[in-house]
Amino acid sequence: MTFALALHIVLAVVVLGLAVWTIVARDTFAAVVGFVVYGLFLALVWVRLGAVDVALAEAAIGGGLNGVLLLGAAARLRTTELSVAPERPSVGLRLAAAVLSVAVATALAAAILLLPDPAPTLAPAAAANAAATGLANPVTNVLMAFRAMDTMLEKVVMLLALVGIWSLAPDRLWGGRPGPRHQADPQGMLAFLARLLPPIGVVVGIYLAWTGANHPGGAFQGATILAAMWLLVMMAGLADAPPVDTRWLRLALIAGPAVFLLVGLGGLWLGAAFLAYPAAYAKALILAIEAAMVLTVAITLGLLVAGPPARSAAP
Amino acid sequence: MSQAFDIVTIIAVSAGAFFFLAGTVGLLRFPDTLTRLHALTKADNLGLGLVVLGLLPRAGSLSAGLKLVCVWLLVLLASATVSQLIAALATEASGLRGHSMSARAGHSPEAGSSARAARSNGP
Repeated sequence: MTFALALHIVLAVVVLGLAVWTIVARDTFAAVVGFVVYGLFLALVWVRLGAVDVALAEAAIGGGLNGVLLLGAAARLRTTELSVAPERPSVGLRLAAAVLSVAVATALAAAILLLPDPAPTLAPAAAANAAATGLANPVTNVLMAFRAMDTMLEKVVMLLALVGIWSLAPDRLWGGRPGPRHQADPQGMLAFLARLLPPIGVVVGIYLAWTGANHPGGAFQGATILAAMWLLVMMAGLADAPPVDTRWLRLALIAGPAVFLLVGLGGLWLGAAFLAYPAAYAKALILAIEAAMVLTVAITLGLLVAGPPARSAAP
Repeated sequence: MSQAFDIVTIIAVSAGAFFFLAGTVGLLRFPDTLTRLHALTKADNLGLGLVVLGLLPRAGSLSAGLKLVCVWLLVLLASATVSQLIAALATEASGLRGHSMSARAGHSPEAGSSARAARSNGP
């Protein structure tokens, strides 16, 4: 048995074990911690599969921002959980849930095991046409050129998610600041970290977005790190979350989809098709879209974690 | 020359793995939150430093080596900060609840595992 094989077996066992443990854990907080660790191990699995772009996204989203979101939810549930815990669903309901879960798992397993060999793939086609955009990273090529429509709609979906969260605000607080006002000792450790880390994080985030054109990385991964830095500064109480009706905030939120749509319509105007980039400007246009997307995704993710407006706009 | 580098790598990475093992044993065996944090952060920081040291000869280029050192420094920063924050919370909680808290903490793996998750989450 080679070392790589042993490593893969250990990784698979640990990931599966963590998944089971996360489901079985009775304590919400423990389950969230299990889920975060699961995300980090899944990122390792993606690295071993050679999908570094996916690994970066999984580590940043699955291990990072999702963890913060879920920890917030667990903290919010903690007060009500004690009264709910003794209520167990009836045997019939649990049996039905088990049957449904087994059916879905079986269907998924069958779909994977019955795939034709070799599995159908568009990877050679994507690699063959890589020169058309001037970008060396095939993942970015697919995201920004070959399947640009999906990526654009994904950004719109993120905006819809934010609208959904904001719509939880009571009427009188509409236009206020999201989430609680974070208080921390201005001389404490958290404030220290929030002063020291963001300069490094901002450089790393922008670098990840920039290098995504030719190497693993990309707008989404870079934007997640920028959002994390923003959240760190907010949680340390060094900067307050902006009121949700601030003009610059609204503009930043629509910048990504707006630039994407404009470029797409430009492709229609210049002849080829919606979202078709003129070959000579393909790289410049893609970089412009990515720059706008980094801004939008970073602000959207930060506000998704910050929550619905919960305070008046006054500081 | 490359053989000398190999020996450095083997010794440093093995020593690093030993410190990780020691830190984990401390996490599992020590009686309360503060001592467990102590074991985890001290031993793991040193362990990661040794692993990075061992990988430096294999980095290939100066920039790759510098990136490895940056990773270590960022983990140092994150784990030092997070352990301070958790320790402050643990002190606060034990101050509020008196001795019952430290007795309970002895059986609850929560604090340690969240320290680990938060820290590996950091950089």
